[in-house]
Amino acid sequence: MNHRRLPFVAGFLLVPIVLYAMYVVSPFVQTVFYSFTDWGGFSSEQNFLGLGNYAALLGDEVFQKAVLHNAFLLVLMPLTTILIALFLAFLLNVGGRSDSAGVRGVRGSGTYKVVLFFPQVLSVAIVVVLFQSVFRTDGLGLLNATLIKLGLVDAARPVQWFSNPDLVLWCLLFVMVWSGVGFYMVLFSAAMRSIPREVYEAALLDGAGRAPTFFRITLPLLRDTVSVAWVYLGFIALDGFALVTGLTPESGGGGPNHASELISNVLYRTAFSQGKFGYACAMGVALAVFSLLLAVVQLRVTRRERIEY
Amino acid sequence: MTETARPARGSFGVVNLFSQGFLLLWAAMVVLPLLWALVSSLKSDAEILSSPWALPTELHWENFGRAWTGGHIGEFFVNTIIVLIGGVSLTMLLGAMAAYVLARYPFPGNRVVYYAFVAGLTLPIFLALVPLYRIVGNLGNVPVVGPYLGLNSYLGLILVYVAYSLPFTVFFLHSFFRTLPTEVAEAGLLDGASHSGLFLRVMLPMAKPGLLSIGIFNVIGQWNQYLLPLVLMQRQSGTDTDHSVLAQGLLNLAVSQGYKSDWSGLFAGMTIAMLPMLAVYVLFQRQVQAGLTAGTLK
Repeated sequence: MNHRRLPFVAGFLLVPIVLYAMYVVSPFVQTVFYSFTDWGGFSSEQNFLGLGNYAALLGDEVFQKAVLHNAFLLVLMPLTTILIALFLAFLLNVGGRSDSAGVRGVRGSGTYKVVLFFPQVLSVAIVVVLFQSVFRTDGLGLLNATLIKLGLVDAARPVQWFSNPDLVLWCLLFVMVWSGVGFYMVLFSAAMRSIPREVYEAALLDGAGRAPTFFRITLPLLRDTVSVAWVYLGFIALDGFALVTGLTPESGGGGPNHASELISNVLYRTAFSQGKFGYACAMGVALAVFSLLLAVVQLRVTRRERIEY
Repeated sequence: MTETARPARGSFGVVNLFSQGFLLLWAAMVVLPLLWALVSSLKSDAEILSSPWALPTELHWENFGRAWTGGHIGEFFVNTIIVLIGGVSLTMLLGAMAAYVLARYPFPGNRVVYYAFVAGLTLPIFLALVPLYRIVGNLGNVPVVGPYLGLNSYLGLILVYVAYSLPFTVFFLHSFFRTLPTEVAEAGLLDGASHSGLFLRVMLPMAKPGLLSIGIFNVIGQWNQYLLPLVLMQRQSGTDTDHSVLAQGLLNLAVSQGYKSDWSGLFAGMTIAMLPMLAVYVLFQRQVQAGLTAGTLK
């Protein structure tokens, strides 16, 4: 096994490692470095500020709003998505009739699995353009037109959706949940299918109804998967860049009147429109710390012994 | 509640009705906007503006022509295909090479390299954006190769795509190569096959199902990438050619068509961008779902 091993190993690893180090590792390291400077992005001039950028972040009202909005999404988006996805997966796998052959999913569950997954294969750009027209603030958007037709909304005063400071975050939340549910439903479905059928049958024989079966058997056995989903969705809730820049008013998104600023679009604007790269990098590091905390806390909270079956 | 929850005969009808109802509701929420966009792409602007719900009186296929040429969707499409072919094939080649060596050849530092790749899965691209812009920009100033690697160049974007696709590809294929039997490899080496010959002729064919899953995953991921091209594929001067990819071009189109009120053209552009991926997905949905869920379930 040992002849000419080393050149082979080195040869196969060289290009992937060089590319990875150059385009992925080095930018992350540089982000940390620049966050301590006042680098503007285009000149080579930069001064070391120490923690100056971070101190400035603490006094930055727009950034603080953005953190609060991300926190709102961080709490509600994973929760809503997981609840709906779990429920749909449950219906698909064990929501149908049960008979001597055991518990089944509802009819047509294969078709549902394909169709409900659609949003996952749509580019975020398509999602943006689609919901721009769905949430149009005049009577011509899909939603307003429907609501007007149903008589729920006055045609003269259509709902302002993304232009209403009280609604804008909820609309963002809706679009995020809409895009996410399909994937997590498929994920939970796969996890549910790996639970042996006998477990369900035993519960049903013992006279347990559907709801107790779900809460006492399915959910505990899915715990690991749900916790991984929570972390992934958390990362999505901390990003939201394309949605907020594309769907919310004002240049670069975040409007109306800063009601929907997220860390991501504030960071982008700070770096590429205002030319404050050093400061933007500090925002990036703050965001990274949030992400890591999220992952650590989540995995800590839900960690426990594995159930073998 | 207990009555309907009990799986006795005669009650499952109610449960089934409710299940079907909720599933249908969510399916409608997914499908209706897509269908609405599809129908709107065949309407005239006047029809879109007068009644958003009505069906078109005649099919305005010319909307697609207008989006394709006037809206430059055709060029964006070609740009996307070029980047996609280069990006996915290079990702698959390099990812498979790295994953194979890391999975089957123990050497000092093997775990370090592997975990360095996997760690990339947890880092949002966002954090790297600012320095990445500068790194690619600087590469553009390197003599001779610069124009091919810098900002707004196909190869530059392809290499960045490859680098950011490596973590998941390596992670996924690493576990795949580990499950392949060692006996075959040892027999091959005894027969005098070289290490690379073994990889190409024995291991790669055996890993085909895994390669297909992760390949489709990368096709969808790189087709839909938005943030990287937004930053890296902007025209550097007035005479520079526009190399925008579809996702980015579509959003620019949304802004400009908004000024021109060419809504039907925009819907047509969106349909063009949407249908290929939906088709790929429906054709390969088993592999796509397996590929997408495998990484998160492990």
